[in-house]
Amino acid sequence: MTDTFLLDGEDVAFAPGQSVLQAALSAGRYIPHLCYHPEFKPHGSCKVCTVKANGRTAASCTLPAQAGLNVESETGEMNDLRRTLVQMLFAEGNHFCPSCEKSGNCALQALGADLGVMTAGFRHFYPDRPVDASHPDFLLDFNRCILCELCVRASCEVDEKCVFALSGRGIDKHLVVNAASGRLADTNIALSDKAATVCPVGVIIQKRVGFSVPIGQRRYDQRPIRAQALDDAPRQAAASGGCAACEGTA
Amino acid sequence: MIHELQSILARHHGDPTHLLQVLREVQDALTWISPESIDYVADELGLPRARVEGVAGFYSFLHSDAPCRYRLLFSDNITDRMLGNQELLTYLCEKLWVERGHRSEDGLVSVDTTSCTGMCDQGPALLVNGWAIPRLSRERLDRIAELILAQTPVERWPRELFAVEDNIRRADILLDNPMQPGDSLRAVLADGREATLEEIRRSNLRGRGGAGFATALKWEACRDAPGDGANTQRYVVCNADEGEPGTFKDRVLLTTQADLLFEGMTVCAYVVGASGGKTRGFLYLRGEYRYLLEPLNEVLARRRAANVLGRDILGHTGFDFDIEIHLGAGAYVCGEESALIESLEGKRGIPRNRPPFPVTHGYLQRPTTVNNVETFCAAALVTAGGAEWYRSVGTAKSAGSKVLSVSGDCARPGIYEYPFGVTVRQVLEDCGADPGNGGTLAVQISGPSGVCIAADEFDRRIAFEDIATAGAFMVFDASRDMFEVARNFAHFFAHESCGFCTPCRVGTAMLRSTMDKIAEGHGTLYDLAEIEKLDRVLNQSAHCGLGHSACNPTLDTMKRFRPTYERRLKSQDFEPAFDLDGALAAARRMTGRDDAGAHLSTEEA
Ligand SMILES: Cc1cc2nc3c(=O)[nH]c(=O)nc-3n(C[C@H](O)[C@H](O)[C@H](O)COP(=O)(O)O)c2cc1C
Ligand code: SF4
Ligand code: SF4
Ligand code: FES
Repeated sequence: MTDTFLLDGEDVAFAPGQSVLQAALSAGRYIPHLCYHPEFKPHGSCKVCTVKANGRTAASCTLPAQAGLNVESETGEMNDLRRTLVQMLFAEGNHFCPSCEKSGNCALQALGADLGVMTAGFRHFYPDRPVDASHPDFLLDFNRCILCELCVRASCEVDEKCVFALSGRGIDKHLVVNAASGRLADTNIALSDKAATVCPVGVIIQKRVGFSVPIGQRRYDQRPIRAQALDDAPRQAAASGGCAACEGTA
Repeated sequence: MIHELQSILARHHGDPTHLLQVLREVQDALTWISPESIDYVADELGLPRARVEGVAGFYSFLHSDAPCRYRLLFSDNITDRMLGNQELLTYLCEKLWVERGHRSEDGLVSVDTTSCTGMCDQGPALLVNGWAIPRLSRERLDRIAELILAQTPVERWPRELFAVEDNIRRADILLDNPMQPGDSLRAVLADGREATLEEIRRSNLRGRGGAGFATALKWEACRDAPGDGANTQRYVVCNADEGEPGTFKDRVLLTTQADLLFEGMTVCAYVVGASGGKTRGFLYLRGEYRYLLEPLNEVLARRRAANVLGRDILGHTGFDFDIEIHLGAGAYVCGEESALIESLEGKRGIPRNRPPFPVTHGYLQRPTTVNNVETFCAAALVTAGGAEWYRSVGTAKSAGSKVLSVSGDCARPGIYEYPFGVTVRQVLEDCGADPGNGGTLAVQISGPSGVCIAADEFDRRIAFEDIATAGAFMVFDASRDMFEVARNFAHFFAHESCGFCTPCRVGTAMLRSTMDKIAEGHGTLYDLAEIEKLDRVLNQSAHCGLGHSACNPTLDTMKRFRPTYERRLKSQDFEPAFDLDGALAAARRMTGRDDAGAHLSTEEA
């Protein structure tokens, strides 16, 4: 007999070691999420996946599934919270979707649309974040960074290059690249890297392929993110979940 | 430069877990962390450069901007403000010809602010290159300016400038204890591990760091944790980060009770250590208390010489335990136990995802007990004096005593130790505040993360079952504006948010700008509603306690002192945050104009 928990009143089976979000996705049940990626260890930073479990809120991507847990996700309260978190991410950066190459392929935009985020909600921060166009194959547009660390994790755990890291703290937290010059051109990132394609928003943009798929025919134009996420869910974890180089144990 | 870097790295044996310690010493030796230093340290420790840059960028006391011989950081807690730190800061900037927050042209000096440095009973205070100077006055700043302009190295500044007082005003069972080094250890070695744990359990000892977790349960969980296979290594960590604004009792315990603290840690090591297993200790000392490092290391050396620390403690073969001190570098969040462990490992101080908890997967993923300074001191008292005696002090639900850090509007700020159960009113009377009509307006208990109470609640008690506290007790009299108190705390949380999770990273910055907007007279009722919304979001989804409590002071004061908010509101309606006229200020500055024609008449609308 497999163990189950309740998700919005229905039983969901889980395997040992799975988190609530992982188990839900495996069972074909969607819980909105952003920094979680099926190929990586859950990160727990965006908090979009927050649910109520036995009456207490918790990020479902890192919450261990437990038999008998009563999880509420598709509630007005949780979706309000998620909308606010998405609004916060929009307010924090500079997101001008109409001019963004990622439009239609962007998880933040798709999530906002799916949750019905209609307005900015907050005053925008308009941070000053210069772009890095130094690399022949990539453009880095930090204006759109949501600090999910997927590129950091991909470069460390899959590519084993540690091209990206975070520096600063609080609202000044920002992405840095592994070069004294601070320029991507002086790192060893390559088009074939996992980090080259993992960014859920429009920061790490490949040069010369822009708009090769027309807007209207892109990933989230075809299927809403809640359907797309379920298609992606069965992917196997590809990353080790840790980085020996950064731990100093390489 | 290379020579200095080499000797620093040699001292730390190229150990990557010492990255933060290495960077601290680089900062001390070279006055900044240059890109070349980052390259060198990364190479020598075998770490990616970006990882080193990330750590250097996380901690407030590490500076990667430019060299600067004298870095002055004024403590900017509300208590410093009440003692006039802003006026003194401006005074010093004028004397030194520097603009606040900017380095002087010649790279000699910079003046800025930092979060509370734990000198609230003797403020205003500052740090010069990390060394604390309390009791600032114009006279003392004159001397400091002279020393800087004469380029006298800080090591040669008069000792008297750095003298920090204990100000113990009321001592009870802890501060007045008659114990000698080894007293508790002899008792526990006679009783055995199990009986010692039982004694701690029966004493009802609960953590003094804020959360009030039962100490025996924590020690037991750490003892019983499987660890990783054959490796039985365990860690005992003392949390001396004391970053909560208004708290300074751990500073005084570290100054006057270091032996008792180390004894408590050693008792813990004995209890949690599998027999024959290895246990190591760390004291995580906040960077602001840098001046305590050498005295504490001397106490450790004395204890080793007396065989109450080190190998075969008190002749007990195989009972080995030693303690190493790590310094923080200006990050309040590192007081959160899992962030503290990350920092001990030489990383950015980001709270971990839990479970797993430190008791099973702590330092280097091994079982780890983290306790507050005062908790370890109390544990040593319990094991020497017995659970019955300890429980006879305090209330039925809160055993023992609590050390309070009292500051603000009172005649006798300082350290007050009481049995649990003392009323707020009693403390106010003892410290020379005036809890009667028209005197004390409010008390902020347990710091910005705690509660703000008004006069109608002064009969409440300091105890886990009523007002639990990590120790801060800031008094505000009727001359104070509680909106400004809350605004200072909002700035504190925004400055100290680690930035890991969306709600706190963005929410604390929003709260700060909303409070500033209200202070500037542009606030509306809409903003007050937005604060309530931010509070909801932070409580529902923040990753750690910092985010959960970030709106508390604002909400507490909004509830109890609402008129101070309302009289600042510009209108009862929505007001755009974008101040068009304000945005033209830069243009006005550049063109040197300030006439009516250079302003938009937005006020008329
Ligand atoms: C943001 C934050 C800051 C904290 N700062 C401290 C601190 O400075 N000192 C401390 O002992 N505990 C602090 N804590 C509590 C610790 O996480 C932990 O609960 C405590 O060290 C456990 O010790 P105790 O059981 O002896 O109280 C903090 C918690 C949070 C969330
Ligand atoms: S660049 Fe993209 S993947 Fe990397 S942290 Fe920013 S948003 Fe995430
Ligand atoms: S709540 Fe704040 S301090 Fe805590 S993890 Fe989130 S961003 Fe960091
Ligand atoms: S998806 Fe769970 S916190 Fe981001």
